[in-house]
Amino acid sequence: MHFKKLEEEDPKKLEAFQARIDAEERIEPKDWMPDAYRYHNIRQISQHAHSEVIGMQPEGNWLTRAPSLRSKKILLAKIQDEAGHGLYLYCAAETLGVSRDTYIQWLHEGKAKYSSIFNYPTLNWADMGAIGWLVDGAAIVNQVSLTRTSYGPYARAMVRICKEESFHQRQGYEIMTRMMNGTKEQRQMAQDALDRFWWPSLMMFGPHDTDSPRSKLALQWKIKRATNDELRQKFIDKTIPQAELIGLKIPDPELELQADGSYKTGEINWEEFYNVIKGNGPCNRERLAHHREAHARGAWVRKACTAFNEKYKGELVLN
Amino acid sequence: MNSKDNQGPLWEVFIQSKPGLPYKHAGSLHAYDKAMAIDNARDVYTRRKEGVGLWVVPSDQIVSVQPKDAEAFFDPADDKVYRHPTFYTMPEGAQHI
Repeated sequence: MHFKKLEEEDPKKLEAFQARIDAEERIEPKDWMPDAYRYHNIRQISQHAHSEVIGMQPEGNWLTRAPSLRSKKILLAKIQDEAGHGLYLYCAAETLGVSRDTYIQWLHEGKAKYSSIFNYPTLNWADMGAIGWLVDGAAIVNQVSLTRTSYGPYARAMVRICKEESFHQRQGYEIMTRMMNGTKEQRQMAQDALDRFWWPSLMMFGPHDTDSPRSKLALQWKIKRATNDELRQKFIDKTIPQAELIGLKIPDPELELQADGSYKTGEINWEEFYNVIKGNGPCNRERLAHHREAHARGAWVRKACTAFNEKYKGELVLN
Repeated sequence: MNSKDNQGPLWEVFIQSKPGLPYKHAGSLHAYDKAMAIDNARDVYTRRKEGVGLWVVPSDQIVSVQPKDAEAFFDPADDKVYRHPTFYTMPEGAQHI
């Protein structure tokens, strides 16, 4: 696929496009759009879709070991939601002219990324709490802002996802609360999960605005409605009181409550962030290998369905 | 699309949220035939009782106006304000009209 550079586009068309964006009109799949706008959305929406799908793995790890039938049922429903969210997003991404197969191929080839948070292992049941509360919590902050993104199919997918996602965060916080009300060992497990997931959760919002070169255009085109740092701050400010309420301690010695009621955190370990993105996190290889394997195992089903459909043209079923 | 290993054709999903309301576009999905399309639509789009009715339509069967033609296409409706009730002047004191 060839994408025109911004300076190769017709300036008149660019200007008219920007005017539509500024008037808060949504861009629909068949509307004219600059290639750079299309490319940014292809990249961002598919990364988002891959994150939902890969995100099923760390939680799937605990399905068979959930401590009760209630928690198992809930976790199963949550993972099913993540699959659904991946599907909404793939469909939105496909409207940009790239097929599902190509998106999956790019993931397998390492050309497409997914959120680096899913490259951390889930070591015990408390991690299910930390993921729901922190990882889904961070995702919600980002996604609420994206319900107003300028690309119509992406915005509509976000509205559906946000409606479903708030149960995810609540189930996570409930797990943490129960553990904090439990034995000393359970409280230690909950604190340990927070210690391991706090910083990677803050990294989910991406680099500081000053180090995020693509952000300027994305904001100008209203693909992004808020900067990485603004969203991160929002997450920090709403999460810290939740931690304090149930007696958890944020693992940051430099944490400071400021006069305006917001929190100043210590510096994020960006070296770790870039290292995980590059593929050197604790579980990168495992996550991708599992996805490849699952996809390959399903190949015979896709092949059989295609052959069946070609033979009967879908006529044998339902009316 | 790779015809040997793909996700099947694309379908558009429409949901009726309550009896009597119009069907509304919800999104799309891949499926190989009608039965799989309607099952997948239920699992993907109505996990929380979002609907009492569900349609799936092969995406390539939908006819639509191209954005570049939209202005000319809808132009005939542009100059017929007399199709709206507010166009007409009613005498002072007229009621229930």
